[in-house]
Amino acid sequence: MAYKRQIDRLPIPPKDAKVHNVTCHYCIVGCGYKAYTWPRNKQGTLKDNAFGVDLSEQQPAEGTWVAPSMYNIVKQNGEDVHLVVVPDKDCVVNSGLGSIRGARMAENRPSDVTGTQQQRLADPMVWRNGVWQPTSWDDALDLVARVTARVVTEGSEDDLVVSMFDHGGSAGGYENTWGTGKLYFQSMKVKNARIHNRPGYNSEVHSSRDMGVGELNYSYSDYEVTDTIFVVGANPLETQTNLFLNHMVPGMRNGAKFIMVDPRRTVTVNAAEEVAGKDNVLHLAINEGTDMVLFNALLTYIVDKGWHDKDFIEASTYRDGEAVPLDEAHPAGLGSLEYALESCRTSVEEAAEICGVPAEDIVKAAEWIAKPKDDGSRRKCVTAYEKGIIWGNDNYRTIGALVNVALATGNIGREGGGCCRLGGHQEGYYRPSDAHVGRPCEYVDQLLINGGGKVYHVWACDHYKTTLNAAQFKRAINRRSQMVKEAMDAAAGGTREQLVDAIVAAVNAGGLFIVNADIIHSQIGQAAHVILPACEANEMNLTSMNGERRLRLSERYMDPYGQSKPDCLIAAGIAQNMERVLREMGHDAYADQFKGYDWETEEDAFMDGYHQGNPEVTYDRLRAMGNNGVQEPVVGFDNGKLVGTPRLYADGKFDRHGREDKKALFCASKWRGWQAPGKAREKATHRFWVNNVRANIFWQNQFLDQENEFIQDRFPYPFIEMNPEDMAELGISKGDLVEITNENGATQGMAYPTETMKRNQVAMVFGSPAGSQGNIVNPGVNELVLPDYKHTWGNIRKLSDATPRAKGVTFKSKEYRA
Amino acid sequence: MRCKKMVDVGRRQFLRGSAFAAAGVAATTVTGTQASATPAPAQIDYPSTKLGNVADLAVNEPVDIEYPDADSPGVLIKLGQQVEGGVGPDGDIVAFSTLCPHKGYFMSYNADDRTLNCPGHFSRFDVEAGGQQVWGHATQNLPQFTLRVDEKGDIYAEGCSDLIFGRMSNTL
Ligand code: SF4
Ligand code: FES
Repeated sequence: MAYKRQIDRLPIPPKDAKVHNVTCHYCIVGCGYKAYTWPRNKQGTLKDNAFGVDLSEQQPAEGTWVAPSMYNIVKQNGEDVHLVVVPDKDCVVNSGLGSIRGARMAENRPSDVTGTQQQRLADPMVWRNGVWQPTSWDDALDLVARVTARVVTEGSEDDLVVSMFDHGGSAGGYENTWGTGKLYFQSMKVKNARIHNRPGYNSEVHSSRDMGVGELNYSYSDYEVTDTIFVVGANPLETQTNLFLNHMVPGMRNGAKFIMVDPRRTVTVNAAEEVAGKDNVLHLAINEGTDMVLFNALLTYIVDKGWHDKDFIEASTYRDGEAVPLDEAHPAGLGSLEYALESCRTSVEEAAEICGVPAEDIVKAAEWIAKPKDDGSRRKCVTAYEKGIIWGNDNYRTIGALVNVALATGNIGREGGGCCRLGGHQEGYYRPSDAHVGRPCEYVDQLLINGGGKVYHVWACDHYKTTLNAAQFKRAINRRSQMVKEAMDAAAGGTREQLVDAIVAAVNAGGLFIVNADIIHSQIGQAAHVILPACEANEMNLTSMNGERRLRLSERYMDPYGQSKPDCLIAAGIAQNMERVLREMGHDAYADQFKGYDWETEEDAFMDGYHQGNPEVTYDRLRAMGNNGVQEPVVGFDNGKLVGTPRLYADGKFDRHGREDKKALFCASKWRGWQAPGKAREKATHRFWVNNVRANIFWQNQFLDQENEFIQDRFPYPFIEMNPEDMAELGISKGDLVEITNENGATQGMAYPTETMKRNQVAMVFGSPAGSQGNIVNPGVNELVLPDYKHTWGNIRKLSDATPRAKGVTFKSKEYRA
Repeated sequence: MRCKKMVDVGRRQFLRGSAFAAAGVAATTVTGTQASATPAPAQIDYPSTKLGNVADLAVNEPVDIEYPDADSPGVLIKLGQQVEGGVGPDGDIVAFSTLCPHKGYFMSYNADDRTLNCPGHFSRFDVEAGGQQVWGHATQNLPQFTLRVDEKGDIYAEGCSDLIFGRMSNTL
């Protein structure tokens, strides 16, 4: 049954409703929204309302409308108020467009009145007497500090393992990355840390940075004035929706051609064909994992044709052979264009063979990227990439090979150019140096699986749903957590000292004491012993930047749910308790390291962190910049406005690698087949390649959407797109539950017949609470501990007929067909 | 039915905002819904509007309708097999709003796979599955009109499952 909201009217915001700037806290695009709040007993009228629109008339397409998902009743300063959150027409990012994720921000707020998001954590909880008991912050943080302090002083800070987000948007942002960063990288020097989506503390784009090219260097407006949009391993209509609709589509309407490199045909390819016409869209459906060969062939062909930008290369890139040798920290050598070409020279024919696409299509791509126009002027090309290669085969060299093409064609730092990752979350990273972590960093999942670490602090990450090798990870963590739970149960009724002694004895015997700060009681949170409730954006003020480095302040318009707090203030609370406990223990000097957290608000954390490095930027100034904000880096304050930087490297000087000469480097991206251990063997011994994909309808691992009926009604189980002939062969019908297995584990989902899927390939949605794809991903990573989530092979069998829920679901093609 | 080529025309018309009112169909009179001395009922009253007769419908040939008033275009379809919310002797007659609940573009019917498709930003809805969004940007499924068939075979619309794009109340 399609979910019906059965709502046929909504309250109207009155003219004097309070208006707040909101940046959508979901994806990297960071669309602008306006939040209206007003007292429960008031309303506007059809003619006189906050929108200034005559609502007694039908509104035209793109006109003002409040969808029921944009409405809720929330707490503001303790009062129940109406809330409407609508896309902002005046924001240059989205020009009034919402998406299936962002346009549900209001209904995904916690509300005791309308009953939404009652899964949100309201109280700190401690494992006590066999259950999680709600308690006070003081009680919970005291236990966290006592156990953590005992373990790091009896052993070392290496016994504390930390998982923490590094992103912006909800759960992240400059305030919260600073709070956690100051605690673990300044007060302590925690080395065994990992980031939310990868098993170490590292960059996802090391090679781009080592080449001097920061990965977010353009302006979204570059798509509108370019000649070619070159997208690799990404699906922007689904995952950067309004970047595609509001910037790439206008670019195509202005004549840009569109190249997509992706083994799978996605709705993005279909939409590009609708907009630009099939003749102006080139889909290179390469064999999985062979992207690097394609890029190497493009570079070779472009240079051999003389289409590279010689002046740019001369002025802005390193010209003297090898600059950085291949070594433990650099999975490829870096240097001049000629140096790189020595190892990556690849003919179009070789690439056609390895990539499984026609040679003429590779030539066509090279022409669209770099062939000068008839009048001799250079073509402009924007290059954009994401998880297809970030989570792909040989991350370092593959991304390096792609950046090579953009550098060789002089397409970085110029209008209509750019070579950028598209991004997942927004960004919002401001932390003390992580140099002590080392490079390569520790492979933290393996450390934990192998019994390393004694205390584990987990911040807004649910690795049970999202990490690789998840089946083994979960078994190990559950077993180690259980040892501590049993010790705590056995110490029931004793004093705090007895409890701490029992926990410390358990972790010394191989257990793991887990502290989990999150907004919900997550799957990994089931293994936690102390649970700390965090709040989200708009329950606090939060600053982040989007994929074109646009910094905004997303304003608080409601109260944090229950006792929940901003992560930065939770981190401050841990620090303050650490200081107190360490002093009691007689470690005065160490206790002193935990001073400096006397923050009352998130703004205090912002001033202590981001503002110190960017003295022009304050909350007041950002508030005044509204939803258009300012593009980082901020270079001044003039005429009451922050002055930003629309595009990086406009002066042709590249500095992301920290080199004094400010010359960009090329990457010697020599192809070596499957880089990560075990991949080649797994491919050889299983029938299906299991592509790990996203869908516009889900935000990340569905942490909020798992309690949203509109979403769960559409996909009650994770979809597995499958070729209908493969399904018939295996006796699988649409909606059947199927299991995918290999040596790493098993997972399950719902078969979704898809005509455009290639035979012997399936596409499974990532991170689902009802079927973690990570269960079947092997532990293989690259030299710098970057996982290859995208390459997993397994066998498939039917588990069950479609359930009644699955029977109510549509299984038609996702592609628009007029 | 509106043929595929009409998509853009329909969209332009709708952008003008007055195309449907100009069609001159007797619209429910717009009266303000201001608070008055009489308390307002807890839900809105829908008009009962005759959309056609069962005998006039052919399978998979959509008929343009307007409901609850002339500014709200929709479609009436006989699908040939029983479906969710279907009425008539075969339980196969359904009606939906044709304004996309994303940004209100006017959608066209694809008879091949029986979906409504939006030229605005490529959303699509399955008329055989209660208007479920197959893929798209809308945050709700398609508003489905509640139908009743009388003994003469006349089909009446008398309600709606979801808020129609571009209005704060389904009846203006
Ligand atoms: S495109 Fe991204 S930022 Fe914009 S509304 Fe959707 S989820 Fe939010
Ligand atoms: S208006 Fe229909 S998809 Fe946007």
